[in-house]
Amino acid sequence: MRTKLGSSINLAGYVFISPWLIGFLLLTLWPIAQSFYLSFTNYSLLDDPVWAGMDNYTRIFTSDATFKKSLIVTFMFVLFSVPLKLFFSLLVAMALNKNLRGMNLYRTAIYFPSLIGGSIAVAALWRNMFGADGYINQVLSWFGIEGTGWIVNPDTALGTLILLNVWQFGSTMVIFLAGLKQVPQEMYEAASVDGAGKMRKFWSITLPMLSPVMFFNLVLGIINSFQTFTAAFIVTKGGPINATYVYALFLYEKAFKHYQMGYASALAWILLVIVAALTALNFFASRYWVFYESDGRKAK
Amino acid sequence: MKTRQSTLINHVLLSAFSLLMLYPVIWWVGASLKKTSELSLPTIWPSVPMWENYTKGWMFSNDFTFAHFFGNTLWMELWNVVGGVTTAAIVAYGFGRLNFKFQGLWFSILLLTMMLPGQVTVVPQYILFNNFGFVDSYIPLILPHFFGGGAFFIFLLVQFIRGIPRDLDEAATIDGASVYGIFWRIVLPLLKPALVTVGIFTFIWSWDDFFSQVLYLSSVDKFTVGLALRMFIDQFDIQWGQLLAMSLLSVIPSAIIFFFAQKHFVEGIATTGLKG
Repeated sequence: MRTKLGSSINLAGYVFISPWLIGFLLLTLWPIAQSFYLSFTNYSLLDDPVWAGMDNYTRIFTSDATFKKSLIVTFMFVLFSVPLKLFFSLLVAMALNKNLRGMNLYRTAIYFPSLIGGSIAVAALWRNMFGADGYINQVLSWFGIEGTGWIVNPDTALGTLILLNVWQFGSTMVIFLAGLKQVPQEMYEAASVDGAGKMRKFWSITLPMLSPVMFFNLVLGIINSFQTFTAAFIVTKGGPINATYVYALFLYEKAFKHYQMGYASALAWILLVIVAALTALNFFASRYWVFYESDGRKAK
Repeated sequence: MKTRQSTLINHVLLSAFSLLMLYPVIWWVGASLKKTSELSLPTIWPSVPMWENYTKGWMFSNDFTFAHFFGNTLWMELWNVVGGVTTAAIVAYGFGRLNFKFQGLWFSILLLTMMLPGQVTVVPQYILFNNFGFVDSYIPLILPHFFGGGAFFIFLLVQFIRGIPRDLDEAATIDGASVYGIFWRIVLPLLKPALVTVGIFTFIWSWDDFFSQVLYLSSVDKFTVGLALRMFIDQFDIQWGQLLAMSLLSVIPSAIIFFFAQKHFVEGIATTGLKG
């Protein structure tokens, strides 16, 4: 009787997860294995893959200047956009976590830039705003500052893309907002009774209670920023002189412009190793700053 | 008295910030009505609004109007949302409620896939779809949504399902309901707010998923709105006014959906949103 019940639960379990399981095997596991194999071959899609041993990796690490450049560009992008985005989205989420009339409108207004996403609209917008005679420079000229052509200047082009990424903080903000709603109000009330001020409440209640959400946003933020593609693809096309040639764009062009599928697969695997290492580091570090409620208090 | 004052301050600050965030968008609205020669002027509003930016932009392609591209995108979105919402609910119930063998292992793998850069799988996926002859069709864009809608959504729903009291399941079991019956009659109805969130996110994200669209769609009659807009940029003489006008129209569906659903949106993510 018992085993029969157990096996029917087993069957039901696999029935329910089967859509994901099939997708995982077909569109994730198999492609991962195949891309690992392809990274050791030369493959142009038209002919069969030809075994090349470590050739792709050797070329990438020893003679490919673009690889180094795109890696540096991507690291810079991640280094600036992730912390800035986390900071802004937390700040805004706290401002929006109030019972005010018209909150729907504020939320929609602030989320709006994120809805535009990576569409061509943004490319047009950004090129005009940050152009040599664009709006930003006009505002700067009121203060006597002479701007440059922000997007065509190699020193500032990446900065405009970072700004664009930070401007679209909506999804991160919404996740923070959801996290804030979960912090029990009693905690704040109890703290008020004990005479805690606003700052004190933020550091002692909000931040620790929010740390799992912060961690989630941080990990996904880093992973997503390493894959940043659309902005560089449509706003700057990687230029000027490769100043915004991010890693994903490099990989995309190797694969779908030059049809060097083997080389691109090797690039993908290098990216995977970098991202995995950083994520592991994050998980390791999280032990020291992420606070899980269930550890301290018995979850009901 | 004091709370009234702080409410006012809140309103002022939030309005100012909303304005700052929306400033480029306001400029955009004005610019969409400008002549090309007026684009670089500091004024927000054009001297003479060029409404024909909209009419000409709408019909800029010789073969298709934007109605065709909107139709294409909405058709694709319909399947994406249906696929994502139904399969994510099914898979999440399996992970959230049923203690089957290796459940923990599979769930860890699911979470791991969330951290996998898409670039690692994109080349073999392309080869796979190419071998099946699916390139230049919507299948590579739609099909992945039918496999659980993505690890992020499954994770979200599992968290939600874990918040639903087990007593309900037990009562139903005593009444003779099977696991399938519990899913259909108890869990699914309670899951609605979270499913709305999944639906909205799916809609907005796949509307924006430019990368896959560039990769898999190549013939103009199948183009999505995003790809159609790119045709403006590829022209020799870029019609900025028309481009800005059409791109403004292109964000309206997502904006409307977000405005009407943003309450569910936030609450759906909060795993405790089960009071109602």
